[in-house]
Amino acid sequence: MMAEAETINIKAPVKLTKKDFTSDQVVRWCPGCGDYAILAAMQTALPMLDIPRENHVFVSGIGCAARFPYYMETYGFHTLHGRAPSIATGVKLANPHLTVWEMTGDGDSLSIGGNHFIHTLRRNIDINIILFNNEIYGLTKGQYSPTSKKGLVTKSTPYGSVETPFSPGELVIGALGSFFARTIDTNPKHMADTFIKSVGHKGTSVVEILQNCVIFNDGTHDLITSKDTKDDYQLLLEHGKPMIFGKEKNKGIKLNGLKLEVVKLGENGITEKDLLVHDAYEADPTLHSMLARMQAPAFPVAIGVIRAVKQPTYNDLVFEQIENSKQKQKFKTVNDLLNSGETWIVE
Amino acid sequence: MVQELEKVVVKFAGDSGDGMQLTGSQFTNTSALMGNDLSTFPDFPAEIRAPAGTYAGVSGFQVQIGNTEINTPGDEVDVLVAMNPAALKVNLHSLKKGGIIIADSDGFDPKNLNKINLSSNPIEDDTLSEYKLIKAPITSLTKKSIEGLGLDTKSQARCKNMFSLGVMYWLFNRNIDSTVAFIDQKFKKDLQLGDANKKALFAGYHFGETIEATPSYTVKPAKIAAGKYRQITGNTALAWGLLAASEKTAKHLFFGSYPITPASDILHELSKYKYWDVKTFQAEDEIAAICSAIGASYAGDIGVTCTAGPGLSLKAEAMGLAIMTELPLVIIDVQRGGPSTGLPTKTEQADLLQALYGRHAESPLIVIAPNTASNCFDFAYMAVKLSIEHMTPVIILSDAYLANGSEPWKIPSVNNLPAIQIPIAKFDAENKYFPYERNVEKLSRYWAVPGTKGLEHRIGGLEKEDKTGSVSYDPVNHEKMIHIRAEKVARVAQYIPEQTVIGKEKSELLVVGWGGTYGALLTAVKELQLENESISLAHFNYLNPLPKNTAEVLGNFKKILVCELNTGQFAHYLRASFPQFKYEQYNKIQGLPFGVRELKEQIKKYLIK
Ligand code: SF4
Repeated sequence: MMAEAETINIKAPVKLTKKDFTSDQVVRWCPGCGDYAILAAMQTALPMLDIPRENHVFVSGIGCAARFPYYMETYGFHTLHGRAPSIATGVKLANPHLTVWEMTGDGDSLSIGGNHFIHTLRRNIDINIILFNNEIYGLTKGQYSPTSKKGLVTKSTPYGSVETPFSPGELVIGALGSFFARTIDTNPKHMADTFIKSVGHKGTSVVEILQNCVIFNDGTHDLITSKDTKDDYQLLLEHGKPMIFGKEKNKGIKLNGLKLEVVKLGENGITEKDLLVHDAYEADPTLHSMLARMQAPAFPVAIGVIRAVKQPTYNDLVFEQIENSKQKQKFKTVNDLLNSGETWIVE
Repeated sequence: MVQELEKVVVKFAGDSGDGMQLTGSQFTNTSALMGNDLSTFPDFPAEIRAPAGTYAGVSGFQVQIGNTEINTPGDEVDVLVAMNPAALKVNLHSLKKGGIIIADSDGFDPKNLNKINLSSNPIEDDTLSEYKLIKAPITSLTKKSIEGLGLDTKSQARCKNMFSLGVMYWLFNRNIDSTVAFIDQKFKKDLQLGDANKKALFAGYHFGETIEATPSYTVKPAKIAAGKYRQITGNTALAWGLLAASEKTAKHLFFGSYPITPASDILHELSKYKYWDVKTFQAEDEIAAICSAIGASYAGDIGVTCTAGPGLSLKAEAMGLAIMTELPLVIIDVQRGGPSTGLPTKTEQADLLQALYGRHAESPLIVIAPNTASNCFDFAYMAVKLSIEHMTPVIILSDAYLANGSEPWKIPSVNNLPAIQIPIAKFDAENKYFPYERNVEKLSRYWAVPGTKGLEHRIGGLEKEDKTGSVSYDPVNHEKMIHIRAEKVARVAQYIPEQTVIGKEKSELLVVGWGGTYGALLTAVKELQLENESISLAHFNYLNPLPKNTAEVLGNFKKILVCELNTGQFAHYLRASFPQFKYEQYNKIQGLPFGVRELKEQIKKYLIK
């Protein structure tokens, strides 16, 4: 992530503190909800950025995650179910100097807002989408979501869900996303670090947070997050580093033909050299997509920045066109326009 | 011999690939430049290229020109140019008895006759005996006139519209220069094709001169207010009104839109003015279009979105958000025939109730409707002004008739447009900013734009506590806020013009209309006034709130007749608003504008004592 660290200024000492980003509203998530940790991580991350508080805008849709803006002492806009990417697009195009965040969930982004989500990614407008993935509808009291595991028993699927879930990362990359990272609500430092990286990326960044809904889908990420299993089911990706994981740091990911494979170092003559080395900046999305798709228990789940590819942003292109067109301006004023073309005088 | 006419209605009709729209607009332009008053009615099929020669493929362009005031494209056609049998059949019913038909006899071949199951050729049998028929082999004469230029057959065929235009230019003694200049400009990259078009135009003109099948006519310049004029369509005028508002407020225009007939031309037009910081965003759908405009408004731009009926339905949820967050937003609805896909290229006024009420919950907003192609400019400007000054969404109800029709427009000066006051919130260390603190007169809140230091705040779709804007589920507060939002919109009545009446302020019959039907209603009412009937017209532009003197105006007449292109939506609304009066209705829902003669017939029923 060296290149990214260069594009943003991490200030020391910081002028703003976590308190400056805490609003006076009572936080109303369920006790024990993973959202609290996300909020704290964000309030910790923002003072580390050299961005004035008034330039942060938090836009959200509907859902538990969407309450987020109310708790941030920044500009905030709690909007419509699924429509936050479109509102955020308008905000960014009105004022490209703003740092625009979209706080969303799996239902908000991948179900009702699916269309806006993919087209926002395709355009690559410079906003940061933080996707709380708890694999359930929380605010409507527990129906299955587009990321719920097949077979999940919920209020609307008493016999188990028969739908195949989306893998958000795969969808992001399929929709031409230039930045995708995954983090976990139980790792505040990693979350804050990932938020900062997402701001550093110019273009649409998506950060998927594996978030625990204690009420309706408690423990859905347990295999990946709990103390005794996490080392075996998390692959902490770092750009330029070989893909090693496991309690004993003795497992790795290897490419076998067109498939990924978990291998053990030292077994069958496997050494570190046989393992894949992570390249987050590779433009070709194939490997990123495969990494994003890895699922426990067959694979460890990739955590960290999976893809961060430099691509022109929509807002830059729009404003470039605006600036260029000023070089060859056809009319100076609207009066000139009204009086242009064929006109005639009546006496 | 040249005969002088007061006014004349001309219609060009052919296949959608025949270039009739272009021919019609050239004839219109030339007549405008020659000083005529006029009104146009382009009438095109929903399909881009329906099979050639079929009814579905007929595209027409009607224009009325005159030396007097012209407010409609005319009920009956005096001269019809028909490029094939389908075009003739579709339009014959509107041709005046004794009217002139110029038919491309080459287009009346067995193949085309077959396509519409005609066993006998109408230009050879006695079908047209009541009309003056000029048979002109337009296709073959066009080919002959451009023979030497080495064009392929397809390009040759494309020039026949210019030939027919040439014939019409001769028939009405039009000046050919502006069309020549137009061709030079249009084909500056293909001189050969430009040459061919000019040759065909002149050949048509000379053909008319040579055959002298009828006398030729002329229409003298109209006596209209002195000044500088241009032509304008409703869609262009809407776009330019928005540009004027952006210039006047020094605020950037953000236009979020999804292509839909008949509104897309507004998007096309505004896309040209990037150099004025106009941001046009072609969204992935209607919802994203309005939401992007709301986001832009929130961040300080002039947020505008644009659609037609079905799209307005899709935007309904987002309008609720703009109402709740009390942000400025302009929503243009260019109405077309519906429901569903309906008659996508035809006109109708049936979105009125949707505009007034078509949202969840108690969600009033301002609704206004321009009434001529040219005053679409003024109402687009007014929509921005009201929306910003009162911090509320505004719907503009235009329609397909205004959108595509054109008329001469006395060019206004942006300098004379009323100023727009922007209720921008400023940081004040002494007084904390509360997002729902209001202007005491207008009840509008103040606009705090992201990026402004010290005004960080949160808004959203959840109910707001009065003044602070914090989320509130308090029952009494909710009711209070509902009333405040309604009262804010109601108070707009104090800031808009009073309703005017054309004719006597007190008499027997008041004809009531709104929006795009103005030209026809005005003509009908004026003609009846000349016939000494006791009749006046009240044509509404401000629909919500209604002008504050509306009840007074209505109360001055014995009878009220509400005429609209729907089943009676405005009548219904007036009945609910002013139940003390009785309302008669005349309605038409055929995808067509009112005709003057039909209106007069209907109105007269209420004048019999
Ligand atoms: S329902 Fe679940 S996701 Fe929502 S606040 Fe409660 S614990 Fe958190």
